[in-house]
Amino acid sequence: MIVVEAFNWILAHQTEFFSAFNRHLALCLISLAIASAIALPLGFWVARSQKASFVAINIAGSLRSIPSLAILAGTMPFLGIGLLPSVVALVVLAVPPLLLNTVVGIREIEPSIIDAADGMGMGRREILWQVELPLAVPSIIAGIRTGAIQVIGGAALASFIGGGGLGDFINAGIAIMNMPRLVVGALPIALLAIFAEVFFGWLQRWLTQRR
Amino acid sequence: MIKLEHVTKNYEGSGRHAVDGLDLDIENGTTVALIGPSGCGKTTTMRMINRLEQPSAGRVLVNGEDISGIDPRDLRRRIGYVIQQVGLFPHMTIERNVATVPRLLGWDKARTGRRIDELLDLVGLDPAVMRKRLPHELSGGQRQRVGFARALAADPEIMLMDEPFGAIDPITRVKLQDEFRLILKKVSKTVVMVTHDLDEAIKMGDRIAIMRDGRLLQYDTPQAILAKPADDFVRSFLGKDRAIKRLSLIEVESMMSPARENPKGATVYPGDSLHIALSTIIADDLEGVDVVTVDGHRVGYLSRDALFAAHTAAG
Repeated sequence: MIVVEAFNWILAHQTEFFSAFNRHLALCLISLAIASAIALPLGFWVARSQKASFVAINIAGSLRSIPSLAILAGTMPFLGIGLLPSVVALVVLAVPPLLLNTVVGIREIEPSIIDAADGMGMGRREILWQVELPLAVPSIIAGIRTGAIQVIGGAALASFIGGGGLGDFINAGIAIMNMPRLVVGALPIALLAIFAEVFFGWLQRWLTQRR
Repeated sequence: MIKLEHVTKNYEGSGRHAVDGLDLDIENGTTVALIGPSGCGKTTTMRMINRLEQPSAGRVLVNGEDISGIDPRDLRRRIGYVIQQVGLFPHMTIERNVATVPRLLGWDKARTGRRIDELLDLVGLDPAVMRKRLPHELSGGQRQRVGFARALAADPEIMLMDEPFGAIDPITRVKLQDEFRLILKKVSKTVVMVTHDLDEAIKMGDRIAIMRDGRLLQYDTPQAILAKPADDFVRSFLGKDRAIKRLSLIEVESMMSPARENPKGATVYPGDSLHIALSTIIADDLEGVDVVTVDGHRVGYLSRDALFAAHTAAG
C-alpha cells in the first residue's frame, strides 16, 4: 500500500518531513499575510470609485487566469531561486482573489446604508471601520479562502524554483519514480487545502449568520 | 428657522438646474412637505439642508447661520435623517443602531442606554424585546420605527425625511403616518419631508411646497393650496377631487350651527372631518347630521348646505 509506505517514510524521517511541512505552511502564511496587506487597503481605496473598481476587477480577473506555474517561473529570471521569488510569486497568486472579493464586498453594500451613515454625520473613517469593513468581512473571508487554496497549491510548485516545502517530495518522487515519496508531498498538501476550504468556509458562514 | 435664499443646484453634465433660484422659509416647529413630480428637485432641496448636496449658488441658513460655514459632520449630527430604505446597519443590534449619533457625540453609556429605552417606547417598540434584535428580524414597519428613533436619538431640532413611508405597505403606512405626526408634534420638531403622495403631504404637512423643474410653484397650508391652486399645473397636480380632499382638513366643529330641536338619524363627532360628515350625509341621504361629543352631549348641527358652503369659506 503506497499510503502506508509513505506514512512509514514520514515516521522514519520526521525531521525532514516536518521541516518541509513547516516551510510549506510558512510560505503560505507569509504570502497570504503580505497579499492581504496589499489587497485589502487597495480594495477599500479602489472601491470608492466605480471606474477604479471596474478596472481593478478586470485586471484581477485576468491575473487569475495565469497558471500558477507560469507566475512562479516568471519570477525566476528577475529574482533568481529560493524563498524570495517563491513568496513574490505566491503573493501575485493570492492578491487577485483577495482584491476581487474586497472590492465586491464593499460595492455590494446597500447604498442607502452608506447614505444613512453619511446623513447622520459619520466621518469617512467611522464609515470605514464601523460600517464598510464589518459588512465586507464575509466577502473578504471568501477571498482569503480562495487565496489560501491557490497559495497552498501554488506553494507545491515553489519547489521548482528552490522555494522548498512539500513540493520537494513530489519532485523527488517523480525524479526517482518513487510513488510513496510523491504521496508524502501530495497528501499533506491536499489535506491542507481541504482544511483551509473547510475552515474559511465555516468562518464565512459563521460571520454571515451573525447578521 | 430654516431659510433657503435663492438656492440653485446644477449637476455637472446636466444642462438644466436641478433646483433653480429657490426661496423657502420654514418656521420652527412646523412640518413642510416638499412635493412634485419626480425630477422636480424636492429631494435635492432637502439634501442641501444637511449638506449632503452643496448649492451651486445661494445660501441655506439654519437659525440665521449660513450652514456652508459649519462642518458637515457637526451639522448632520444636529439634524435627524430618515430615508425610504431606512438604511439600518444590518450588522448592528437595534440598540446600537439607535445609539449611532449619541456614540458619535460621545455620550456616556448610562445616558445613551436611557435614551434608547425612551426612544423605543416613543416609537411603539418594546425595548426589552427589541434592543438586542438585528434589523433583519424586524418587519418593514418596525424597521422604519427604528430608523425614526435613530434619527431622533440626539434630540435634533430639525428632521429631514425622504419618503419615509414609501416602502411600507398601505395599512401600516397610514398607522405610521398618524403616529409619527403625533410624535413630531409632541417633540415639536421642524420637519422637512419629501413625498410624492399628495394625501401624505396634506396629512403630515403644516405647509406644502409644490415644486416643478426646480422651482417652487406654491407654498402654503394644505387648505389654502387646495382652495386656491396657484396655476393650472398645481390644479391638475392636486386632482379633480381637491374639493373633497379639502373637506378632510376641516373639522365639523368649525362649520356647525347650534344644535337643532328634533335630533334624528346619524351623528358625527365635533373633531371629525367634513369628509366624514359628507360621507355620512350621502350614505343615509340626510339633510344634515347632528354633532355629538364622545360622552353623548349634543353640541351642534351640520346641514348639507353648510357643508357645501365650506369650500368657499376661508381656510
